[in-house]
Amino acid sequence: MLESVGLAAAKLRIEGVALRFVPKTGAPVTALERISLDVRDKEFSVIVGPSGCGKTSLLRLVAGLIEPTEGAIWLDDARVTGPGRDRGMVFQSYTLFPWLSVQRNVEFGLKLRGVPPDERRDIALRFIAQVGLDGFESHYPKQLSGGMMQRVALARALANDPSVLLMDEPFGALDSQTRSLMQELLLEIWQQSSKTVLFITHDIDESILLGDRVHVMTARPGRIKEMVEVDLPRPRTVDMLTSEAFMTLKRRIMHSIHEEAVRSFAVEEGGR
Amino acid sequence: MASFLNAYVAPKKDIPRGAYLTTSTVVAISMIVVWCALSYGGLVRADFLPTPGAVIGAAVAGIDDGSLLVNTTVSVTEIMSGFVIASILSVPLGILMGSFKIVEAAIEPVTNFVRYLPVSALIPLLILWVGIDMSEKITVIFIGTFFQQLILIADVSRLVPQDLLDVSYTLGANRRTVVARVLIPATMPGVMDTLRVTLGWAWTYLVVAELVAANKGLGYFILNSMRGLFTEQIFLGIMVIGLLGLITDQIFKFLRNRLMPWAASS
Repeated sequence: MLESVGLAAAKLRIEGVALRFVPKTGAPVTALERISLDVRDKEFSVIVGPSGCGKTSLLRLVAGLIEPTEGAIWLDDARVTGPGRDRGMVFQSYTLFPWLSVQRNVEFGLKLRGVPPDERRDIALRFIAQVGLDGFESHYPKQLSGGMMQRVALARALANDPSVLLMDEPFGALDSQTRSLMQELLLEIWQQSSKTVLFITHDIDESILLGDRVHVMTARPGRIKEMVEVDLPRPRTVDMLTSEAFMTLKRRIMHSIHEEAVRSFAVEEGGR
Repeated sequence: MASFLNAYVAPKKDIPRGAYLTTSTVVAISMIVVWCALSYGGLVRADFLPTPGAVIGAAVAGIDDGSLLVNTTVSVTEIMSGFVIASILSVPLGILMGSFKIVEAAIEPVTNFVRYLPVSALIPLLILWVGIDMSEKITVIFIGTFFQQLILIADVSRLVPQDLLDVSYTLGANRRTVVARVLIPATMPGVMDTLRVTLGWAWTYLVVAELVAANKGLGYFILNSMRGLFTEQIFLGIMVIGLLGLITDQIFKFLRNRLMPWAASS
């Protein structure tokens, strides 16, 4: 309660969350331990960490797709107890419905809650245009490239007007040129929509370029190691990647992650 | 010659369409030529290998007296009845079995046992339980296809990506809508492929089905022709079954591409 200033502004609060499970074979695993962080309203918050640190599990906890062993997650002061349309999510894997056209994919959430067809179409077309895919409304996902599919997935999540947008390495499977373009597009859309975003990545450049704040995660069990305020001005562009301020932040996060990666690597190899 | 071989025998590499068609045609014609040479040349006894002419003659005779049509109709009716009943049950059950552990626990052990029982070994029981009329033949086809379909469709359902269901939940779907609007549509191409493959298998059970107490049908026709050493009729029966199998397979292929243009082609 001492941090009442921070808490008052918090849109999303993760409080003392731990995740433990017993695999079918082997010893019990502690995937996440004592995770606490908050995401402010309209903030672009990034969690960066080495692979296997449990960052995807953390996002799935926020989405309500899995339940924490300990702790709780609060969105707008309501406790998260399961998945819901107030937390839209974009996955790393391609998750468009193959049997639906681009437009029907974007309309999916709207249709579920009974938005009339005309209104549905207008909303869908607006977001399809926003991600730069006008003219592709009636294409099926199999006719699209990876980058285009992720743009549709983003439009689909946004069209549903979630309170928080969760993004799990959405550009992880894309080539580096497409990834840069997608980052710029996302920044532009975020700036216009002023959504609260919780974004996960293992790419340090990406975390700094996009985030207002970057939470650095440790591995096995996953913990928040430190929080880095990114004081680069907005709007941001990929040109900033080479600026001195950017480099300073990058060195700091890299150092932090590298320590962790070395440690978990040693643990893994030692465990063999 | 060396370069020709180099270009055409690289693993997984395409060859020119002309070369492809030529190869297929040459092999098919060669088989017919060998057949003609062996039979017309008198190298093999007519009891063993009839001439193409004799098989065509048998076909004409069968069409003339209507027996070929009657036998075909009976067999198609049996196959389709057994196959349709099996499919109506296996599709929903298989989808549930692949996605709900509780259904899997209930059905899978039994299914895995039954599907390795040879259908022919069950025939005495089936005669006892079902009788010897057409329903016995339909039951044989049903048992031969149902359990295989169940296992294959459960696999199709199991392979629907978890992320596809999860993204639906984050878009506001509940369990019921996820099953109805995501899980079921996602399985459809795989279900169609399974039905196509198992319909082919259903045709292979036809002769087994008509082994006992049949007096019509292509399987019966073949068995009966054997008793009189009418080899050309055996050939005719086999060819008609092969042809009908091929036609139904092509119909399925056409329907799948027509009904599911969004799916990767099979």
